[in-house]
Amino acid sequence: MTGRAEPVETGLALRGAATARERAGAHPIAGGTDTTVLGVYLFIASEAMFFAGLFAAYFTARTKYSTWPPGGIHLDLPLAAVLTALLVSSSFTMHGAVRAIRAGDRQRMIRWLTVTLVLGTLFLAGQAYDYATLGFGFTSGVYGAAFFTMTGFHGAHVLGGVIAMSVMLGRAGAGQFTAKHHAAIEGVSAYWHFVDLIWVLLFSTLYLLR
Amino acid sequence: MATTTLVRERVGYRSTLFEWLTTTDHKKIGVLYLTSSLIFFLLGGLQALAIRTQLAFPNQALLDHATYNDFFTIHGTTMIFLFAMPILSGLANFVVPLQIGAADMAFPRINALGFWMVPMGGLLIYATYLAGGAGIGWTGYVPLSDAGPGGVFGPGTGLGVDFWIMGLVFLGASSILGAINFLATIFKLRAPGLTMWRLPIFVWTVLVTQTLALFAIPVFTTALVLLFIDRNFTHGAFFNPAAGGNAILWQNMFWFFGHPEVYIMILPAMGVISEVVPVFSRKPLFGYKAFIGATIGIGLLAFGVWAHHMFATGAVYLPFFSFVTGLIGVPTGIKFFNWLATMWRGQISLKTPMLFAIAFLAMFLIGGLDGAVLAAVPFDYDVTDTYWVVAHLHYVLFGGTALGVFAGIYYWFPKMFGRYLDERLGQIHWLLMFIGVNLTFFPMHILGLEGMPRRIATYPATLDWPILNLLATIGAFVIAAGVAVFFVNLAISIRAGAPAPDDPWDAYTLEWATTSPPPPYNFDTLPPIRSERPLFDLKHGAASDGGALAVATVAAGAGGPGGEA
Repeated sequence: MTGRAEPVETGLALRGAATARERAGAHPIAGGTDTTVLGVYLFIASEAMFFAGLFAAYFTARTKYSTWPPGGIHLDLPLAAVLTALLVSSSFTMHGAVRAIRAGDRQRMIRWLTVTLVLGTLFLAGQAYDYATLGFGFTSGVYGAAFFTMTGFHGAHVLGGVIAMSVMLGRAGAGQFTAKHHAAIEGVSAYWHFVDLIWVLLFSTLYLLR
Repeated sequence: MATTTLVRERVGYRSTLFEWLTTTDHKKIGVLYLTSSLIFFLLGGLQALAIRTQLAFPNQALLDHATYNDFFTIHGTTMIFLFAMPILSGLANFVVPLQIGAADMAFPRINALGFWMVPMGGLLIYATYLAGGAGIGWTGYVPLSDAGPGGVFGPGTGLGVDFWIMGLVFLGASSILGAINFLATIFKLRAPGLTMWRLPIFVWTVLVTQTLALFAIPVFTTALVLLFIDRNFTHGAFFNPAAGGNAILWQNMFWFFGHPEVYIMILPAMGVISEVVPVFSRKPLFGYKAFIGATIGIGLLAFGVWAHHMFATGAVYLPFFSFVTGLIGVPTGIKFFNWLATMWRGQISLKTPMLFAIAFLAMFLIGGLDGAVLAAVPFDYDVTDTYWVVAHLHYVLFGGTALGVFAGIYYWFPKMFGRYLDERLGQIHWLLMFIGVNLTFFPMHILGLEGMPRRIATYPATLDWPILNLLATIGAFVIAAGVAVFFVNLAISIRAGAPAPDDPWDAYTLEWATTSPPPPYNFDTLPPIRSERPLFDLKHGAASDGGALAVATVAAGAGGPGGEA
């Protein structure tokens, strides 16, 4: 006998009772979330805790100041609103890509994914412009440090998503991904939605709550 | 004896070294984890011996104070991040896929990456010694570990602290990758029939532990990143009050990770004990579901007690954290009830794994009670930062985790290498450890009650501090002798130990249903799984139908000592 076989029926009087699904002959854990996608979900959970730590530090630092942001700090709210619109719409285009490959239409997926990639890249370009034109820096006290640490780590995650999408496009161009086998696309999509959600929280915290 | 005798075809020659350096086999990675952890255990132990030698007599000057600070910092960091966590990951790596009837972990290459990040992180941690040291304690409290206005560092905390930070970020990333891998493995790769309520207890404890790691470690990473930025760019803006920062923020973030971390280190050791105690008592674990409930309960409570490390700051809400900390005693008490009721009227056989398990019960009970009284705020005020805390944490982590790990190594060594560890040397190892742990750490209770602060390099010849410290130092060398015996045992037994059959302990769980050592793909066939003890069912399920054993092809237990098949 080679490899892993199905359980051998021995006819033993076994101690435990079979579950309903086993009596029905079903594999007890077959189906459900794909292992790769589950791995991405778990990774996202750890990332959420990382950003939760940053938010906790931000709000703690804020309690010490009566005026916030501290004097002399001005943010570019219109630009940030445009960046928010870019990133939020990129979640919809990403979902379009996922729907396309679930339906088995690889060409349509490539188009939607390309649009998403462009939107992500535009966001990064806009953020770089924002960084260059803001009147304060990383070392301008706790506000500057918190602002650039939070948006910087988020930007790095956007960059990670852009790289992942490029890899996906390369693989799709090589003929990979079908309606049945596209776990990587689902994973990148989940990650991208997460990065988008973090930006919405950042935008609300840094620009709207003040 | 065994049917898993497929011989792999040799596809070209690959040296043993190349095989081990590039392996993605969970069993080899498990052994690599154990090896790396034991090396760091020796390094951390040497620093502990240096600390204890310095403290053997009052007013000694063997080590200068900065070196002493470096030693206790790196001793603590090593034992927690480079010994306790990775060695438990090593046992889990080897055992979990076997216990759930899987061929490997869910993500074998990420598994290899996660392991290799451990020695890398270790190198970064030890690079502190080349970069001016890091005398900040394993808790890295600010502002000592931070920079102040103008970028000035605290005394003895130069560039070395940056290496310490980077090393811990590395090790944290390794643990997060491991957590993702373990959780995906346990959720997705269980054998047919292995429902969650049939999982071996060790797998359950790993599941809860890795969930804690997944949610706690990233917050520590955030804190470390902010500390790094604070030191190098913003000069204390986050954490240093002198620069407008908030020192309590570091403590909150550190202990939000640090307390779950304690359970990350103890829960899998409890899992090992829960495998060993039933097998060597010849009974099923008493209260299987209650034990799982208690484990989950400890996991949940772990996130609500961090501020009990900060009572003395006056910056935390005492009643809440004191109450929740007291609550932890309930699930822990349930577990003691599980273990003792399992042993009650069992046919106890005092093999080395069981000796270590029993020692674990006694030592962890003392450590747990030490901690339970610390939950009472008035008492905590009295002994904060004294040797009472040192006694508590060492009873829990050395008397608990380390002895539990040794129980696991003696228990699974035959599965790993097909040979027993020597029983006589094991008994000597156990006896020296048991005496050494108590001799070293029990006097620290009295020192703590008498007010001796932790982390001081010298002390005056006052009260009975000299004799208690001398006893502790002698105890440390007794532990060292025990560890030496253990390494001799490893060196002898790995080559010349008595050959072990597939199921040497007449055990209950699936890892004993394959050969010792298992083939690369783990199983040819799996027995049917209808309970949390599938192998027991296979061997003893139908006494009237002995012929069925041969049909099941897994002749586990046959020929093993004590096998009843």
